[in-house]
Amino acid sequence: MEPVRIVEGQVSVLDRSDVDTDQIIPKQFLKRVERTGFGEFLFYDWAKEPGWDLPANPILATGRNFGSGSSREHAPWALEDYGFRAIVAPSFADIFYSNCTKIGLLPVVLPETDVKELMAAGHARIDLEEQEVAFAGRQVPFEIDPEIARRLLEGLDDIGVTLQQAGAIDAYEAERERAGPVTTSLA
Amino acid sequence: MPQTLFDKIWEAHEVAESLLYIDLHLVHEVTSPQAFESLRLAGRPVRRPDRTLATADHNVPTDGSTAAAQIRDRLSRVQVETLEGNCREFGVPAYSIGSAHQGIVHVIGPELGVTQPGMTIVCGDSHTSTHGAFGALAFGIGTSEVEHVLATQTLQQRKPKSMRIRYEGELGYGVTAKDLILGTIGRIGVAGGVGHVIEYAGPAVEGLSMEGRMTVCNMTIEGGGRAGMIAPDETTFEWVAGREAAPDPLPLDEWRALRTDEGAAFDSEVVIDAGELSPQVTWGTTPGMVTDVTAAVPEPRDQGEQRALAYMALVAGTPIQEIRLDRVFIGSCTNSRIGDLREAAEVVRGRRVASSVDAMVVPGSQQVKAQAEAEGLDEVFRAAGFDWRSAGCSMCLGMNPDIAAPGERVASTSNRNFEGRQGRGARSHLVSPKMAAAAAIEGHFVDIRGWE
Repeated sequence: MEPVRIVEGQVSVLDRSDVDTDQIIPKQFLKRVERTGFGEFLFYDWAKEPGWDLPANPILATGRNFGSGSSREHAPWALEDYGFRAIVAPSFADIFYSNCTKIGLLPVVLPETDVKELMAAGHARIDLEEQEVAFAGRQVPFEIDPEIARRLLEGLDDIGVTLQQAGAIDAYEAERERAGPVTTSLA
Repeated sequence: MPQTLFDKIWEAHEVAESLLYIDLHLVHEVTSPQAFESLRLAGRPVRRPDRTLATADHNVPTDGSTAAAQIRDRLSRVQVETLEGNCREFGVPAYSIGSAHQGIVHVIGPELGVTQPGMTIVCGDSHTSTHGAFGALAFGIGTSEVEHVLATQTLQQRKPKSMRIRYEGELGYGVTAKDLILGTIGRIGVAGGVGHVIEYAGPAVEGLSMEGRMTVCNMTIEGGGRAGMIAPDETTFEWVAGREAAPDPLPLDEWRALRTDEGAAFDSEVVIDAGELSPQVTWGTTPGMVTDVTAAVPEPRDQGEQRALAYMALVAGTPIQEIRLDRVFIGSCTNSRIGDLREAAEVVRGRRVASSVDAMVVPGSQQVKAQAEAEGLDEVFRAAGFDWRSAGCSMCLGMNPDIAAPGERVASTSNRNFEGRQGRGARSHLVSPKMAAAAAIEGHFVDIRGWE
C-alpha cells in the first residue's frame, strides 16, 4: 500500500444517504478475479441517469451511512480505480470503512453540516497527519483510529505487521486454541 | 466484573491487543480470488487449512448443474474454477458445485456442525452475522482481510461496542423471525447498529427455532450491526448434536457458560415489544423502509424516500395488500433452510400459484434440498406451480442466471431490496416465507393472519 498523507483537490458531490455497495459496483462486475479495472463500472446504473455528474476528482463528498450492505471490497477498488483518494461523509458502514483503510482510500468522517459546506466549497485539502480538513478558509478536525492512521501514513502491509507477532499466534495455538472443528477431516 | 456474551468470546480469542484469533474461516468464490492471488505473489501459505472451508454459491446456476464446466456464463465459470484451483493448491477443503455438501455458505456451516457456540467465525460476506445464532462471534470481512486471515488465522480488529436488543412479550400468530428482524430494522434504522455487536435477547428470541434465530442474526448487517448473537441454549445444543463436525459429547458445561452475566453493561440497550409486531413488508429500497402488511405505503419524508417510491413505482397511500406481484422468490441465506421451506409448503399445500406470478423455491443447500425431497415438500411446491430449484444464492443477488427483469415486482424472502439487487430495474419487497407463499397464491400481498 502506498503511504497516504495529504489528499488535496476538487470535490465531487454525491448528496445521497445510505448509498449501498450494490450501487457503487453492481453484482455483474464482481465476477472478475482481478483487483483492477473496476473504475469504469463505478455507479454503473446511476451513471445512466440524466443529470448524473461525478467527475474523477481526488475527493468524494457524500451522505450518511455510505457503503452499506455487501462486504465487497470491489466497491473501494472501483472508487479508487476511478480516481478518488479520499471520501468524506457524516458516517460510513463498518465493513466498507475498514475495506477502504486496507487499500489506502482515506475515509473521513465530518459532521453533516461540515460535509454540506465542503460540498459547496468544491475544493479541500485533507491532512491525515494533522487530522484536519481545510476548505473555504476553515480547518475542521476529524477523528481516526491512531493505529489505522499510522498504517496509512506509513503505507504498511497489514499481514507483514501481524506476522511480526507470529510468536504470539504460535503461543495462542499451543495453549488456548479450541479443539475443533477440523474442516479437513470432514467427509 | 460481569461480562456480556460478546466480552467472553472476545477475551477468549484475543492473541494480543486488537488481534483476534479466528476459529473458522468460510470462503466463497466471489471475494476470495484476489486474496489467494496475493498470497501466491507473496509466497505465503494458508496458515490453517484445517480451520478453513470453501463452497461455491453466488455464481452457481440453480438448474442442477453438477460441474463448473457446465456453467454457461464464462466469467462465472472462471470464478468457480478459480476457487476450485485455489483450494486444491492451498489445501483448503472445498464443496464446489456437484458436491452433496454444496450450498450457501451460511447454510452449510451450521448444517455441517462447523458452526458452534463460542467460536469466532469470519467470511468475505456481510451475512456471516448469521452464525451468531449459535452464540458465536461472526462477521463479514473484505478481501484484504480474507487474505490476512488466510495468512495469519487472525484479524486486526478494534473491539466494537456492544448493544442489546431485548424483546418483551411474544410474537403473535403468523408473525415470524423475519418479521421480528424487519420490524427491528424499521425501528433502529439501517445504520442503527453501526459500530456495534448486537445481542438479541428475551422470550420472543428464546422461543425461536435455530432457523428463526439464523434469520434474525443474518439481517443484523441490514441494521448496520457488525455482528448479531444469541446466547446458546437447549434449542441450540439439540440442533448441533449429532452433526458431522459436532463434538461428541457436546461440551455442555462450557457452552452453558456462554451467556451474558447478570448486571453486565452494554454500550446501548434497545427494548422492543415483540407482541405488537405484525407481518412486515418492505416498500422501498432499503430494509429499513418497511411497514405492517395492514398498513399503506407511507408518505415520503425526505428525498431518499421519494427516490425509493419512484424506483418502486409506488404511490403513497396505496394499501400494501393491493400491491400486485410478478414474481415470488423463496430462498437466500436468510430463509432457505428446511424450517423455512416447511413453513412455506404448509401455506401452499393444495393451492395454486396465481396465473400472473412466476414463483420459485431455492433450497439453501444440497442437503436441505435432499431433506425437503425426502419429506415430499418438492411435490407440494411443484403441484402448486412453483419452480423447484437446486441450491445457491439464486435471485437474492442475480450473479447467476436467476434474475428478475426490469420493472418486475418480486416478493422475496431474501435480505436486500436495494435498487437493482435482484436484477436491473427489478422491484423487491422483503417478506417472510409464509408471507411470500401466500402472496404467490393470491398474486398480491395478504395478511397471513386473516388468510384462510
